[in-house]
Amino acid sequence: MVSLIDAPATRPQGPRPTRGYRVFQVVNALVLTAVVVLTLFPFVNILARSFSGEQEIRSGQVNLIPRGFNLTTYRIVMSDAMFWTNYRNTVVYTIAATAVALALTTCYAYVLSKRQLKGRGLLVAIAVFTMFFNGGLIPNYVLVSSLGLRNTIWAIVLPNAINVFNLLVMKAFFESLPTELEEAAAVDGMGTYGTLWRIVLPLSKAVLATMLLFYAVAFWNSWFPGFLYMDRQELFPVTVYLRNLIAGATGGTDQTASSDAALQIAANIQAVTIVLTMLPILLVYPFIQRFFVSGVMLGAVKG
Amino acid sequence: MALPRTADPVSGTEPPGAVRGERHIRPRRRTWSAAIRRDWQLYSLAVLPLLFFVLFRYLPMLGNVIAFRRYVPGGDLFGETWVGLRYFTMFLHDPTFWQVFTNTLIIGALTLLFCFPLPIVLALLLNEVRTRFFKRFVQTIAYLPHFLSVVVVAGLVLQMLSVDGVVNQGLRAAGQDAVAFMQEPGWFRTIYVSSEVWQTVGWGTILYLAALTTIDADLYQQAQVDGANRWRQTWHVTLPGIRPTMVTLLILNIGTFLAVGFEKILLLYNPLIYPTADVVSTYLYRVGVVSGSFSYAAAIGLFESVIGLTLVLSANYLSRRTVGTSLW
Repeated sequence: MVSLIDAPATRPQGPRPTRGYRVFQVVNALVLTAVVVLTLFPFVNILARSFSGEQEIRSGQVNLIPRGFNLTTYRIVMSDAMFWTNYRNTVVYTIAATAVALALTTCYAYVLSKRQLKGRGLLVAIAVFTMFFNGGLIPNYVLVSSLGLRNTIWAIVLPNAINVFNLLVMKAFFESLPTELEEAAAVDGMGTYGTLWRIVLPLSKAVLATMLLFYAVAFWNSWFPGFLYMDRQELFPVTVYLRNLIAGATGGTDQTASSDAALQIAANIQAVTIVLTMLPILLVYPFIQRFFVSGVMLGAVKG
Repeated sequence: MALPRTADPVSGTEPPGAVRGERHIRPRRRTWSAAIRRDWQLYSLAVLPLLFFVLFRYLPMLGNVIAFRRYVPGGDLFGETWVGLRYFTMFLHDPTFWQVFTNTLIIGALTLLFCFPLPIVLALLLNEVRTRFFKRFVQTIAYLPHFLSVVVVAGLVLQMLSVDGVVNQGLRAAGQDAVAFMQEPGWFRTIYVSSEVWQTVGWGTILYLAALTTIDADLYQQAQVDGANRWRQTWHVTLPGIRPTMVTLLILNIGTFLAVGFEKILLLYNPLIYPTADVVSTYLYRVGVVSGSFSYAAAIGLFESVIGLTLVLSANYLSRRTVGTSLW
């Protein structure tokens, strides 16, 4: 699927480009370069700020490269036990939520992919309708609270266990699998569970990997359920740690440090925490990007 | 969702099996008990997912009934006493509601105005790039912001716009005074829409780039024979080629029109800029979750959901009538 994008442009070159078109090519390259620069600029700026000294930041000298190189804030944030507790929470929540979501989505998508199944249309409609109409924030909040899920991992895992877009992508993939293998398995007396587990899933590693990443990145990045349903700091995901920092709800770490250090921390603790929070995503991004592209394409072509 | 079942080319050539046998049965409607006896394992796989949909999607829809009933925190999930349209009349007479409603419309319209067409433009520009490496490079960078948490994006925005941030640095270098961006209501819409553009435009090109590769190369050759230059080819071949994608995304965009980035606004705004930044969803969050007026907030939420659904349905209907493309 990635090859769709990378395929040689279908648009054929004319016999020879006109002068106007060559001018356009140059302008186009400049515009796209500007897009790249504008996209990257905030990252470079925040990185520079996170490594800069307090005075240089306050006097507005930090732009693209760190000025007055200083690691105090990094040391302080990385020695904050709560930061790591919240980071660990993010990891745990992401793993649990992704596992549940992947299992439920796979089961339902497999059922929906069986075209001869009676009631299939209704099962599809039940899922698709929720894409366009949902209960809204308040009833969800009331429900999760009255189920007693507050301050438990289930408040994060259960309410978002199936993403209908992902479900449709997976359903489309299962539908595209050849039916012969499954029929052969049925003739050999293999039941539905065995067929799904031993025949279908091994053939679906690519789409499973894509779905895994879709869910994992979404849960890793999510903050609102944690913010809404967790009352105690030690239960927050790291995104809520960062949120409280940028909202000024917490001063970050303890303020007993010497005044110089305190000033330094005040100047760039937000930048440092932003960098540390987005680092894992930036590191895996080059490897996961193509899975996302292929997943979106699959959903768009078949959905 | 009606699929042409008999068009399955496989069953015609395959040895008799489940598929063939089924074809004989099809004229009679299979009864539920027979279907369950035959496919109970499949149905059993659907039980947990259905439980999820019922519990976390459909029950909250019913939970909206508290918009018509007085709800007491900790009390009955569906409220205590029937109050009819009381909460609806309340918010319709609430000046703050109309203010946040107007803000929602303005922010939604501006978002649509910029975040819908810009990916098309970027995709067309990328489509003209001849160097494959450069194209891939631009794509890879442009997709990156999509993968960030909204908290990180809000953090980046707030840091860049702070008094000692890089934007004010630029203003000072140009001889201007520094601006306290997050304290002046006049700036919020620009800031919000810019950050949306930054985060969504690159990723938004994917579907268009996919659609562009499916355009028949012969059409371009014919256009060239007819003497069309590159610009006219783009106008008469490329744009019609991606029109179904454009229409589909436009309908989806219109459907989410009122659901303007709730989480991002919640992270970015503060009481000083409520006059422009506060939207329906953030207002009902404060009224409901923060202040505990659940019924009142549920009434506002229900109003918002119904408008959203109406918008999708009408956009879908209009586009089916006018351009013949629709979601269903």
